[in-house]
Amino acid sequence: MYVAVKGGEKAIENAHAWLAELRRGDPALAELGVEQIVQQLRLAVDRVMTEGSLYDPELAALAIKQARGDLIEAIFLLRAYRTTLPRFAAACPLDTARMALKRRVSATFKDLPGGQVLGPTFDYTHRLLDFALAAEGAAPEPAPEAEPDVAGTLPRVTDLLAGEDLIETAQSAEDEERHVADITRESLSLPAGRDLRLQMLARGDEGFLLALAYSTQRGFGNSHPFAAEIRGGQVDVSLVPEELGFEIEIGEIEVTECQMVNQFLGGEETPPQFTRGYGLAFGQSERKAMAMALVDRALRAAELGEESDAPANDAEFVLYHCDNVQATGFTEHLKLPHYVDFQSELSMLRRLRAEFLAREDSGEGDDQEAAE
Amino acid sequence: MASDTATPLRPGFADPTLNAQQVFRRLLEAMAQPGTLSELDCPLEPPRPLAPATAAAALTLFDGDTRVWLDGQARSPEVETFLRFHCGCPLVADPKAADFAICLAWPQDFGTFAWGEAAYPDRSATLIVQVERLEEGPGLRLSGPGIRETAEVAVSPCPADLAPRWAAMRAEFPLGLDLILTAGRRFCGLPRSLTIAEA
Amino acid sequence: MNTKAAGYNYAYLDEQTKRMIRRAILKAVAIPGYQVPFGSREMPMPYGWGTGGVQVTAALIGPLDVLKVIDQGADDTTNAVSIRKFFAAVAEVATTTATERATIVQTRHRIPETPLREGQILVLQVPIPEPLRWLEPREAETRKMHALEEYGAMHVSLYEDLARHGRIAKTYDYPVLVEGRYLMRPSPIPKFDNPKLDRSPALMLFGAGRERRIYALPPHTRVESLAFEDHPFEVETWEARCRLCGAEDSYLDEVIVDDAGGRMFVCSDTDYCNRRQAAQGKPNPEMLGGKA
Repeated sequence: MYVAVKGGEKAIENAHAWLAELRRGDPALAELGVEQIVQQLRLAVDRVMTEGSLYDPELAALAIKQARGDLIEAIFLLRAYRTTLPRFAAACPLDTARMALKRRVSATFKDLPGGQVLGPTFDYTHRLLDFALAAEGAAPEPAPEAEPDVAGTLPRVTDLLAGEDLIETAQSAEDEERHVADITRESLSLPAGRDLRLQMLARGDEGFLLALAYSTQRGFGNSHPFAAEIRGGQVDVSLVPEELGFEIEIGEIEVTECQMVNQFLGGEETPPQFTRGYGLAFGQSERKAMAMALVDRALRAAELGEESDAPANDAEFVLYHCDNVQATGFTEHLKLPHYVDFQSELSMLRRLRAEFLAREDSGEGDDQEAAE
Repeated sequence: MASDTATPLRPGFADPTLNAQQVFRRLLEAMAQPGTLSELDCPLEPPRPLAPATAAAALTLFDGDTRVWLDGQARSPEVETFLRFHCGCPLVADPKAADFAICLAWPQDFGTFAWGEAAYPDRSATLIVQVERLEEGPGLRLSGPGIRETAEVAVSPCPADLAPRWAAMRAEFPLGLDLILTAGRRFCGLPRSLTIAEA
Repeated sequence: MNTKAAGYNYAYLDEQTKRMIRRAILKAVAIPGYQVPFGSREMPMPYGWGTGGVQVTAALIGPLDVLKVIDQGADDTTNAVSIRKFFAAVAEVATTTATERATIVQTRHRIPETPLREGQILVLQVPIPEPLRWLEPREAETRKMHALEEYGAMHVSLYEDLARHGRIAKTYDYPVLVEGRYLMRPSPIPKFDNPKLDRSPALMLFGAGRERRIYALPPHTRVESLAFEDHPFEVETWEARCRLCGAEDSYLDEVIVDDAGGRMFVCSDTDYCNRRQAAQGKPNPEMLGGKA
């Protein structure tokens, strides 16, 4: 006799207990500490903070630990936590010209004020597995530190171009009264302004944006970018509390900024000049910032009167599909039971097949085909 | 009033979370079943001239994300202080810019408020119209979604030309305004989908 | 008010988010069948797993409510269990499996067989709210089509089915017209359940979290399943009856019982089935409600 599947609650509890056991692994080994993840898996922490839209290295590390290293799961954990936090205020725009730089490279000028600062990069490492890391070893020698060439503000390459009027000015500074959208509180409506687009891209999936950015370089989109500057380091975050009426600093965060410049031959009302693609990510997330800058620029093609029929030019396609928390949820929901709808399809299919076979038996099928 | 006198501040909900939940359910009943009067079930003593139901709707629906317009009778330092403190809502001078309006008198012209856009009819105002009396019974005859056949509700005061004015607005559906009528502790919803006749 | 799930607000969402959702619900009720955009939040369960329904329920629920959660018609499917547990913890609410005891029923893919009554609220989880989506993938376009009541493409698509198969092959998520104005997706309920939408005494709220839309059917709203004069709307029928309770009028699930093609049919609505079995003297502890 048939017995319906019961005990869903017990099954869930057991599954979660097993998950917890596997997460911990062999108890004979030392447990991974959150602080170790913050320090030693920092780039994973940075990605989780960026796409989780929350700057909190400890919580991001906790999420990574809880997610057993599944970064999309960790991003989801952080987002679900973030959503419960009240929004107190909007920060003033970050002044990345006043960044305490760790890294600063430009592909457009051989030398420039402040020079090129390579920073802690994988670039030029030879990708040879370092078996010494597998053995427990002593801490590496401290890296030599150089005195900065220029103290204080280090102008951005795009500012140098702006001095000659060779590059468009970013629009946000013009109108401070303008309402800046907030994708975490509003529904995305189209056409989406650049504020909304950048917010979506900033929390968009690194892999998805990377592939789109790559496609623009291979001819799917007509983009000829130069990496004017990539800089990373600490910036101050400040805001103007309503009751004070003046700016106060509330802390500092590490960010990576990428400004791509593209040639633009000018339109009817605009002179020829360089245009910008902008990328910004928490921590040291250079691939993400670069991909974001390329996709940002690709999404501006229509506005600049360029051809805009490549996937990366399509705002609705890019913005509706770049969020990995949404994408993973909906893709994975296919594993939920769908047996009611399947039953519906099953009986329809049986019926259609019976009708088809009956027609075929009576030779009607051939006539129908001929008539079409 | 002297400008240096502190405007007295009336308290809001005793339990902001649970009271707002209860009032929302009353508002939802009112809007989903027009003509069925629902009644505020938590204590509230708002500043004059706001009725408890009016203030409860405001405390439940208004916040920093909603622009609110007050009609001449509703506008007073005490009411403004109450709304600013408890809801944190921006008060606007232009009724067209308002997401919500508190009207202590029936507005002369529904057209002064936003009716939404063809693609986004939800971007329209909701008016909280406070009247003296709301009773089930002969007065306005309502029909449409939320009502099995027809419902009757007595509203006073009520403009003599409400039915034709409403019909003119109804002709523009899905554009239009949604009204929440309040009297004392009572609510009655008049969503734009209704047809209104005089009974 | 703090809850068992320490650190989170009552019903999980913060008050500002609840207000935003509540405002969207009121607009949805005022414009039946129209999809109201809302600032959907990340929830502690994945998008596509009922986050829209969960947000709507969280904006509605209070300590006096009695909640029932079903998935595929059943109270005991894992996702239903998980959502019911969530609300029992964060909203300290009584839960039940009995349809008539519930004040709020959250559901995925079914409408209960037991007729709903006035005062009850059915919250439906919606994956894709836009009925025109398969015909036109762009939101910017489908918005326009709704604004202009341009629904010809949907009729054409159904007509193509008729021409090719001799009948409309759409079996679930079957499109409806609300009050003669808005084309609406009823969520992936089988078309068997479509007639339950028409003039239902209960309020029906539809939440799509990932797609950030809420829409509604107030009680007694006219809901018409699309059809043609010579091909009226029809629902699924079975030659079998429920093996457990003998019902002939309920939606049946097919269950495979062996690897030789043996199968049987049972009610998809477990509460309905359990009650009928109990009435026939087959006691079943599962039907008794209570705190989860």
